[in-house]
Amino acid sequence: MTSIWRRRLRDTALFVAMSALGVVFVVPLLFMVVSSFKDDAAIFANLDSWSAYLPSAGWSMRNYAAVFDKSDLPSFLLNSTLIAALVVCGGVLVNSMLAFTIARMRWRGRSLVLALVVAMVIVPFEVIAIPLLSLVAQLPWPSFEHGRLVLHTGWFNSLHVQVIPFLANAFCVFLFYQFFRDIPPELDEAAKMDGAGPWTIYARIIMPNSGPVIATAAIVLFISAWNQYLWPIMVIQGEAFRPVQPGIQQFFGRTNSWGQIMAYATVITLPVLAVFLAFQRQFVASVAGTGVKG
Amino acid sequence: MKCVLTMLLAAVALPALAAPVEIKVWRHDTGDLEMAAGRAAVERFNRSQSRWKVVVEAIPQGSYTESITAASMVGQLPCVIALDQPTVPNFAWAGHVRPLDGLLPADALARLLEGGRGTYRGHVYSVGQLDVVLALFARRSQLAALGIRAATMAQPYTAAEFHDILLTAKHSGRYRFPLDLNGRFKGEWYSYAFSPWLQSAGTDLIDRGTYLRVDGVLNSDAAVGVGRYYGRLFKDKLAERNPADDKAFEQGRALFHYTGSWKARDYSERFGADLVAMPPPDFGHGPKIGAASWQWGITRSCRYPDGAAAFLTHLISAPEIAAASRMTGLVPVSAEAAALTAHYRPGGDWRMYFEFAKRYAVARPATPAYPALSSAFEKAMADIRSGKDAAEAFDEAVEAVEQNIGRNNGYGFATNKAGGGL
Amino acid sequence: MKIKPGQDSPLAVAAFASPAVALFLLFVALPLLLAAGATLTNHRLMSPEPTRYVGLDNYRRLLALDMALVPPLRDARGAALRDEEGVRYPTWRQVRTLHPTLGTYREAFHLDLPAALGGSRVVLAASDPLFYRSLINTFLFALLVLPLQSGVALGLAVLVNQKVRGRILFRTVYFAPVVTSMVVASIVWSFMLNTDRGMLNELLRGLLHDPNAGPDWLGDSHYALPAIALMSAWQGAGFQMLVFLAGLQSISPELYEAATLMGANAWQRFVHVTLPGLRNTIVFVLVSTTLLAFGLFTQVDVMTSGGPLDSTSTVVYHAVRTGFREQDVGYGSTITLVFFVIVLALSCLQRMLVSKGEKS
Repeated sequence: MTSIWRRRLRDTALFVAMSALGVVFVVPLLFMVVSSFKDDAAIFANLDSWSAYLPSAGWSMRNYAAVFDKSDLPSFLLNSTLIAALVVCGGVLVNSMLAFTIARMRWRGRSLVLALVVAMVIVPFEVIAIPLLSLVAQLPWPSFEHGRLVLHTGWFNSLHVQVIPFLANAFCVFLFYQFFRDIPPELDEAAKMDGAGPWTIYARIIMPNSGPVIATAAIVLFISAWNQYLWPIMVIQGEAFRPVQPGIQQFFGRTNSWGQIMAYATVITLPVLAVFLAFQRQFVASVAGTGVKG
Repeated sequence: MKCVLTMLLAAVALPALAAPVEIKVWRHDTGDLEMAAGRAAVERFNRSQSRWKVVVEAIPQGSYTESITAASMVGQLPCVIALDQPTVPNFAWAGHVRPLDGLLPADALARLLEGGRGTYRGHVYSVGQLDVVLALFARRSQLAALGIRAATMAQPYTAAEFHDILLTAKHSGRYRFPLDLNGRFKGEWYSYAFSPWLQSAGTDLIDRGTYLRVDGVLNSDAAVGVGRYYGRLFKDKLAERNPADDKAFEQGRALFHYTGSWKARDYSERFGADLVAMPPPDFGHGPKIGAASWQWGITRSCRYPDGAAAFLTHLISAPEIAAASRMTGLVPVSAEAAALTAHYRPGGDWRMYFEFAKRYAVARPATPAYPALSSAFEKAMADIRSGKDAAEAFDEAVEAVEQNIGRNNGYGFATNKAGGGL
Repeated sequence: MKIKPGQDSPLAVAAFASPAVALFLLFVALPLLLAAGATLTNHRLMSPEPTRYVGLDNYRRLLALDMALVPPLRDARGAALRDEEGVRYPTWRQVRTLHPTLGTYREAFHLDLPAALGGSRVVLAASDPLFYRSLINTFLFALLVLPLQSGVALGLAVLVNQKVRGRILFRTVYFAPVVTSMVVASIVWSFMLNTDRGMLNELLRGLLHDPNAGPDWLGDSHYALPAIALMSAWQGAGFQMLVFLAGLQSISPELYEAATLMGANAWQRFVHVTLPGLRNTIVFVLVSTTLLAFGLFTQVDVMTSGGPLDSTSTVVYHAVRTGFREQDVGYGSTITLVFFVIVLALSCLQRMLVSKGEKS
């Protein structure tokens, strides 16, 4: 009898502890979402009571209407989605291919390239941001105009400037490499004996067995692409190709309305949260699957 | 007969020739009223003629200068850009904007007040429609309740008197922080709002004779006095270091709001006759305020300078300035335009802002070093706010500016001096 | 093309590797080289003057250090002058006129010796004091965040690993902050940490019944960096929690059973079974958190702009401000290059320590 009681007590204690922690983690987000529905006076009036986290009188979508009116948020959301999708698809492909050559193919210089890749994980983006700015200012880009192929100089104000520099990701290459190493080489051998070339091995054997690491890499790439802040500020001047994060600056103008700021913040956070909620089982399994082997 | 034929031909040909050429304009993103006024002006211009079509793009104000810089690196600047007037000499020195003297009609330029033009080395590089005036806002009823007199242009507050007034207000218990100094603003606000205090104390940001000397000017005793005064406002908890917003005055939590006249319309509507706009405190040489706001310039890379010039001429015409002023409530930069508005004509209820501009306004130093100057001053004030001694803070600012000027070879002023000899 | 026996066709290798390698070369290696080259010039982002080669000037400007001993201001009788804030010392410019060798240096750190030791002020002067202060701040931040974020993550993982009801919900809740962008998190937190009307201080004031309670979180130079560390830990713990969770789940349950049979209680099981089993995971988490901590930029840019009194300025923030905002590309690149070398050295050090630990 007592051991069941003790178990119950332990479970309750655990539940209480976890709930308390959960409150700490969720409170700022809850505050953000709830405040987005209140007008500014109400936000401040409620701050020292529990009603800061609850709907109060005067709930409205007014802040959201203002946000969509003041800025071109739907277009920003579209841009961010496109950029993130391109970075994820292109990134998964490009990084896994390189990891495949390091993990599965034998060639001179293989370990050197691996060491360089690992070294590049350390480079924070801000270190290369400014020379990268000068660089993309001078790179050419083809486009069709008046039925002819024309070369523009400079990549500013485009989608590709926000996608291409971020496709090759050293951390993802490393993740893929670690995972590929653990796929049994017997599968490869069997395929080779049937006359399969490297592409077939890559496409038919390695990648289909790499669900977990592909999911992990996809999420890492998606979150980093969606949260780009400094780079778009530097390379995007007009509104046509602006993604969501820099747009929040517009609401810190002369009069900042915290309700509108919270509304904007909510709109750009919820999609990512929803994606995570939908795929969280796969994501957690993938992190567990890639694990951290020695 | 031939005449009629020619006319018919012309009538048919002209529309084909006259597809409007697009003139691209970039402007900073700002308050809703200003944006709406800007859009209206553009529409009127586009409708009034069919040769040019102006298209406007808005860029977030926080990263505006960086965006312009990046675009200039790739030669992708549009035809017309909005510029904050004190940065105009820097853009002119870097070669991004062209002089307007030849492009705009001279009489139109001459009719603008000081705050409507951006000049550098004798040439005009930018023009604006509106100016903003600094004022100390308060409510008569609140002042009366504490027995405080309202300042007037004839008798402004002295700095010491103002400090005592604030202490009285704080001790009354009604105001946690009696003075609102727009603590949330970043960037140019500090130079715009507080360098006039230096001028009111008899000193300045830089020596305007040579535009090279900062030592002994920015860190003179008078400047350090102003710095210490500013620091004490926060030490004595008379102003809030990190306010959550700038609504303290309108919500009755602050007694005074030191801000620009962009708030004039809002406050007039809210408080009516109870509102009183007073000159800033006098530090010894009379109250001084900043001058000139955002203006328009034509880039060197613009392929249709006449179109751009036509747009700017349209903007600085008296009716347009008056229309902009009516929509935004800001101060018009020419006397004729002022006469056309209800608020700013002689006898109008906001005429005092126009008078403030005429009597107290001092333009910020017209040197390409201005961005460095402003950023160094902002940092010094931020450090003073956080408790640093004013003498040290201004010394550091002087250092930073001197090194910046040295690294840029005097921004072109050194060579001028060598050749001059006066 | 000679294919060595046992090696794959170079063509195939090239085909697979070239996209990523080309991208790395163009967008990572080349900018690094350009940055290195820029450090030897006075290149500016926008200037009518041509770029000049300046040799090691930028490095000198960044790294030069000197020390000075400054006696306090004395009155006529030779006693030290005092005001309400303590002993008064001459301002830095006055000190420099007395010590011309200090050139254009400015004060980075000072230490006031007590009267018993002479009462002078020991000043460490540098050509770029902000760089040294930023370096110290960056290390401090890493020291604060590392134990906080990793410790919390490990604790959360252990909790979530228990068979409690609703653990999937809790796991989602703990991970939620990770999906918010740093910009959004910084904005929401700077609102919550507002001194006079922020939620945290209102709560404190309510709890303590003191209308003046609540420190100036982002405005006091002693609280600002810890506040940012707290907020960063909040944002990042969820991700490390998942990594730890994976590690925990890979520890075989038989080890726990064996430990229980041997009479170990929960704590002993944790120390002797869990921790050793998580060794690689812990190393991975520590290394990756350290690297992220050194790159601190967005929070500082949004919440404090490097203040108050430079207490939150980090190396990356200083580099972006000088290189991009003040347009001094040559100098900004110098800062980032020196920083990169420091980070490289540190991670090599970490790796050496780890492998030494493995051997022992």
